[in-house]
Amino acid sequence: MKILVCISKTPDTTAKIAFADNNTKFAAEGVQWIINPYDEWYALVRAIELKEANPAVVLHLINVGNADNEPIIRKALALGGDEAIRINSEISDSFNVAAQIAAIAKEGNYDLVFTGKETIDYNGSSIGGMIAELLDLPFISHAVTFDIEGNNATVTREIEGGEEVDKATLPLVVSCQKGMAEQRIPNMKGIMGARTKPLKVMEPIAADILTSIASFDLPPVKAGVKLVSAENPEELVRLLHEEAKAF
Amino acid sequence: MVLVFIDQSEGHIKKSSFEAACYAATVAAQLGTSAEAVLLGVTSDNLSSLGNYGVKKVHTIANETLTNFDAQLYTKAIAQVVETTNADVIVFSNNTTGKAVAPRLSAKLKAGLVTGAIALPDTSNGFTVKKTVFSGKAFANININTPKKIIALNPNSFNVSITTDTAEVVPFNTSVDASKIVVSAINKVTGEVSLSEADIVVSGGRGLKGPENWGLVTELATLLGAATACSRPVADIHWRPHHEHVGQTGLAIAPNLYIAIGISGAIQHLAGVNRSKIIVVINKDPEAPFFKAADYGIVGDAFEVMPKIIEAVRKIKATA
Ligand SMILES: Cc1cc2nc3c(=O)[nH]c(=O)nc-3n(C[C@H](O)[C@H](O)[C@H](O)COP(=O)(O)OP(=O)(O)OC[C@H]3O[C@@H](n4cnc5c(N)ncnc54)[C@H](O)[C@@H]3O)c2cc1C
Repeated sequence: MKILVCISKTPDTTAKIAFADNNTKFAAEGVQWIINPYDEWYALVRAIELKEANPAVVLHLINVGNADNEPIIRKALALGGDEAIRINSEISDSFNVAAQIAAIAKEGNYDLVFTGKETIDYNGSSIGGMIAELLDLPFISHAVTFDIEGNNATVTREIEGGEEVDKATLPLVVSCQKGMAEQRIPNMKGIMGARTKPLKVMEPIAADILTSIASFDLPPVKAGVKLVSAENPEELVRLLHEEAKAF
Repeated sequence: MVLVFIDQSEGHIKKSSFEAACYAATVAAQLGTSAEAVLLGVTSDNLSSLGNYGVKKVHTIANETLTNFDAQLYTKAIAQVVETTNADVIVFSNNTTGKAVAPRLSAKLKAGLVTGAIALPDTSNGFTVKKTVFSGKAFANININTPKKIIALNPNSFNVSITTDTAEVVPFNTSVDASKIVVSAINKVTGEVSLSEADIVVSGGRGLKGPENWGLVTELATLLGAATACSRPVADIHWRPHHEHVGQTGLAIAPNLYIAIGISGAIQHLAGVNRSKIIVVINKDPEAPFFKAADYGIVGDAFEVMPKIIEAVRKIKATA
């Protein structure tokens, strides 16, 4: 079985969100970068577990981005995986990124493509679905568990107000979220080993760009909190009911 | 024409679809055209009443296979309706179905997609849609540069208004392939309000000390018809189920009222809830960062304050 895990780079969750160049660009100076948590904690770790359970599994990681992304890719390799592929492209839009990954997935005949459910920066939640469509494969999104026996996968996915259990045969594209696996910390052996794992750099294919970012805005600042005394919580209820008309 | 996808689960239309329908009708009016809807699978709901939300026509493919969700088959079916009706804009609710189908449809039709939209498109100069980014910490205005456009609207972003109009229901004839996905179980937490669609959310953090104290949250939620949520550590230590975890790495929500009890308001938590219209914080620490993001608050011990709040709400509800 061949698994391809999509890895993206995002600002750390505590990074200051600010914009430059007339609010057209994320202000990246001084920002700490991490592997997108959904890719790392859920997609990648679950794929590593599948490989641990079955050493015949071939596990490759893929990232679309420039050479600045390599530390993140090495960090992912320190957790596990046999090799990584970087498509040397400046990120444009999700369709273009998905087209790059789909081309590799097709050529490499992967049985399983894992993505995170979304990135924590652009919150697109689009790459997995687009890859699946470009490969004409079934897609299960927002998976909270994934199990496999031979070619038969059992996947639990989140639905509004609950969960659904799906069965499908490989090949398959799955987007992963909380529940799939538990976060791991890379150990020394992993970090040393990652240095010598292959990291192939490939040039992008020509693909459409369907959208572009015009500008960014920050949310309006709150007017300030109205505090009610702890001696009189009934007053809070009255304000919510009569002033805010919140219920 | 603006086509809105109406989502059903086990034969019933989801609440967020009505919001998407109203949004689609308003986009259509803005573009000087009309809105139509597409619904897949067999439902028992009255579809002509979708006209109340502004759509003129409902295209239905009442095929049993489509009653279960399969993103691949849904995409094929919707694409056929788009082609036959010549829709220019396709609207989804950005719920679990929309998140799986809208990107597929985007790739299939080469139609630019904005997910997580929170406002009407700006059509004064091109076609620009505002969406949340950085998990609610900022917004991006995205240009869609293709003739066909797809928008997935975040739940609770658009006001639902109702008329007495009805829609014409027209069966759409097409063949449907066998599904490659077998749905073997659907487990819904019954009797609870769905978190992403809820108007009011009552949420608890580590300050509540243990799962045995969650009555303070659930009792208030039941009185208010609210959904319950929690901070990440609370889900991690299994005091509450994972699907209640809100924040940057959990669900991002935008209810009308968010009540946070014993939650510090860490940046990752705020990211998922700061689009709530009214935020109420109950925390014993006056320095808790959550107060900076709150509209109303009480600095006090939840165990003393909450029973009084619950009683006061109960009184109002009893006389309402
Ligand atoms: C990469 C990353 C992603 C993360 N994603 C998320 C996320 O999606 N969602 C999320 O919630 N967190 C997330 N976190 C964790 C986040 O940083 C905080 O640790 C977490 O939100 C704290 O949860 P809490 O407020 O319940 O607990 P605490 O920080 O322990 O706060 C408890 C609060 O309760 C108050 N309190 C205690 N006793 C009482 C009482 N008797 N009455 C009233 N108040 C009381 C305290 O004053 C305190 O403010 C993430 C962290 C990282 C590093």
